[in-house]
Amino acid sequence: MFNIDFTGEFVAFFVFSVLIISGAVLMVSFTKVVHMVVSLAAVFIGVAGMFILLDAEFLAFVQVLIYAGAVSILMIFGIMMTKHQDSGAERPRTLNDTLSAIGALALFGILFYAIRQSDFPEPQTVPDGTVDNTMAIGQQLFTGYVVPFELVSVLLTVAFIGAIVLAKKEAD
Amino acid sequence: MLSSYLTMAAILFCIGLYGALTKRNAVIVLLSIELMLNAVNLNLVAFSKYGVVPSLTGQMFTLFSIAVAAAEAAVGIAVLIALYRARGTVNVDDYDEMRR
Repeated sequence: MFNIDFTGEFVAFFVFSVLIISGAVLMVSFTKVVHMVVSLAAVFIGVAGMFILLDAEFLAFVQVLIYAGAVSILMIFGIMMTKHQDSGAERPRTLNDTLSAIGALALFGILFYAIRQSDFPEPQTVPDGTVDNTMAIGQQLFTGYVVPFELVSVLLTVAFIGAIVLAKKEAD
Repeated sequence: MLSSYLTMAAILFCIGLYGALTKRNAVIVLLSIELMLNAVNLNLVAFSKYGVVPSLTGQMFTLFSIAVAAAEAAVGIAVLIALYRARGTVNVDDYDEMRR
């Protein structure tokens, strides 16, 4: 079950896991919201590293650009434009918090049990690492996934125009 | 190695769930939801390499889910700013019109 050989992939996986878990735990334990966003950026970068380990280089770059770049900055703007001085440090632990912790732990227990119980069959075909990941994704995107791709572009346009309209100050 | 990635994603998802349920600042709740989306993306990419039939489909799904998540974050922040103008707070406990 835990027979792990210390390959380079395992060492890199361990490093990125420590980065991700420490960032996420710090995120839920910090009291200042700007610190939370910075630790979240560490989590996003760790996930990008895991994507590189999984032979998804293009997705790793997309992750760094969209999440660690755009979403983090967007959230910092959201924090700066709203009131963020009151930290929740003095707020006592409520029953709601305890129940949430129990629920999250129970969900993790179920997931962990399911992952450990199920035996995953070995991959039938070994993917050759010689194929250019970005080129393969581009070919897929413009052959098999043309309709979803165009729909996503429409969705992004509508969403961003909608965001501007929503956040615009109404003319008095 | 596949089960390690799946366990990692489960940990990330549960921390995100806990944050989304307990945090009071609405921006942080949005960030926790992004954390949960990231965990799901990690699962998809892990199965695209270590699944029974390795293919690019998992990575394509992740690409689309990242695009939708970016749109969701932008609209969420815009709604929050509009809500902040109307109510003067970002504390989710104060948004309680529906149960009064």
